[in-house]
Amino acid sequence: MEKLTNRSAQINRSPMTLKERIYLPAIFKGMSITVGHIFKKKATIQYPEEKRSFSPVFRGLHILNRDEQGRERCTACGLCAVACPAEAITMEAAERKSDEKDKYREEKYAARYEINMLRCIFCGACEEACPKDAIYLSETVMPANFTRESFIYKKEDMLIPNPQNQQKA
Amino acid sequence: MSETPNFKVTIDNITIEVPAGTSILEAARRVGGEVAPPTMCYYSKLQGSGGKCRTCLVEVSKGSEKDPRPMPKLVASCRTGVMDGMEVKSMTSEKVLDARKGVTEFLLLNHPLDCPVCDQAGECHLQDLGYDHGNEGTRYEFDRRTFEPEDIGPNIQLHMNRCIMCFRCVFAAEQLTDYREHGILDRGDHARISTCISKSLDHDFIGNVIDVCPVGALTDKTFRFKNRVWFTKPVDAHCKCDKCCGEVRLWMRGNEVFRVTARKDEWGEVATASNGKTGWICNECRFEKKSLSDWTIEGPSKISRHSVISQGHYEGVHEPQPELLAEVIGKEPVFTMSIHNISEVNKPNVHLSQIEGPAHSDDFK
Repeated sequence: MEKLTNRSAQINRSPMTLKERIYLPAIFKGMSITVGHIFKKKATIQYPEEKRSFSPVFRGLHILNRDEQGRERCTACGLCAVACPAEAITMEAAERKSDEKDKYREEKYAARYEINMLRCIFCGACEEACPKDAIYLSETVMPANFTRESFIYKKEDMLIPNPQNQQKA
Repeated sequence: MSETPNFKVTIDNITIEVPAGTSILEAARRVGGEVAPPTMCYYSKLQGSGGKCRTCLVEVSKGSEKDPRPMPKLVASCRTGVMDGMEVKSMTSEKVLDARKGVTEFLLLNHPLDCPVCDQAGECHLQDLGYDHGNEGTRYEFDRRTFEPEDIGPNIQLHMNRCIMCFRCVFAAEQLTDYREHGILDRGDHARISTCISKSLDHDFIGNVIDVCPVGALTDKTFRFKNRVWFTKPVDAHCKCDKCCGEVRLWMRGNEVFRVTARKDEWGEVATASNGKTGWICNECRFEKKSLSDWTIEGPSKISRHSVISQGHYEGVHEPQPELLAEVIGKEPVFTMSIHNISEVNKPNVHLSQIEGPAHSDDFK
């Protein structure tokens, strides 16, 4: 029969020689490899104390951005939700009142903004779609949790702290 | 033969016969598809509209059979009648495409870039025009023209900054209502749509100016900021109305009616209703009947699949049969979480569509 590949090798079934029968050379050969690894550089790191640097294209937990005056940038235009392949983003918009001009940048803002992190695949399509530079994927790994409920991230969970408040503190 | 003679006209190498007196634009629309020039001000259902925006410019490479000289300049196709043996170049002409690019740039000079805020986004003709023929950036270095916001009534929101001066709403008010209350005031760069002085538009058919507006200058206040157009699902419906034809398009989300508009045809104009007239709808149908019980649903509207409105609308969805599910896995499925228990968006007991006007921070308390 014709062989499928040329990689098959004939098995050597001849009886073992004396050197092979006493096994010791093979054991020493194996042990030398094992001991040699003790002196090599470790592939692992001690995680909580030591952290690997993120690659520049790493996409982690979402943040909602504010402008220099601390106003929310998001206008609930829905482009992130329409771009989201996992349909993880939902929002509800509201009109800004005249006394809320220091809170929201545009006359329309996201009254509710939620990302279902159980659905999110961290593709970054929302970040690319955003016309207002409002949503970014940060260099933070999403924390694990015990309940599913805690993975519905609300607007308050993602908004960055107001830079105006920080200066006062 | 006393009937008007038919003229042979060739548009982008496609020859059709149209009755004499047809405009080049109407002839091109009969050919259909991309041959039809884009229009911003012309509206076939409104008499006298057209000739203002210059987006429908075409090149006439042969005037007629008797006078085969080409027309010296590009002509506005909505305002130029066809002649026998005329040859027109629309999308096959470099000059026309360049002119459209220029016109688009001019229209966008003063148009604010607030599509993320604008309720018209997704069904805006200027957005489509800019996408097809526009440049990525602007070369304009000065501030855009801005106007003081003006309140023109409880149902219609006027955003004068977005207006492109197409005059469609003026024609609509003139031809659909008994008395016109708004019009163009001032001249040149100061020209604006306004009422004299600070009236509210309250005629029964004035809501149609919303459908007629090619941009987001006139929008529905009862739908303002409630949802994005592409997240709502268009459904054709009708009701018994003694004022209008009652044939409308509902923009729904779940069982909530977010917005009511007239039905639009493939050119974005109000379609002809079943009684043969143009399907304008009255204010009561448009602004007040926001409950599913007011309407008889006919079925989902036909939307071009290239439109953003048709995204996420899955046709022919088969929901899994619950009995079959139990048979396959042999037990009741265990739901580990109900999204409504935790999510604050789309709460089942909060109906945004029932709020008059846009939602505010108190509505979300």
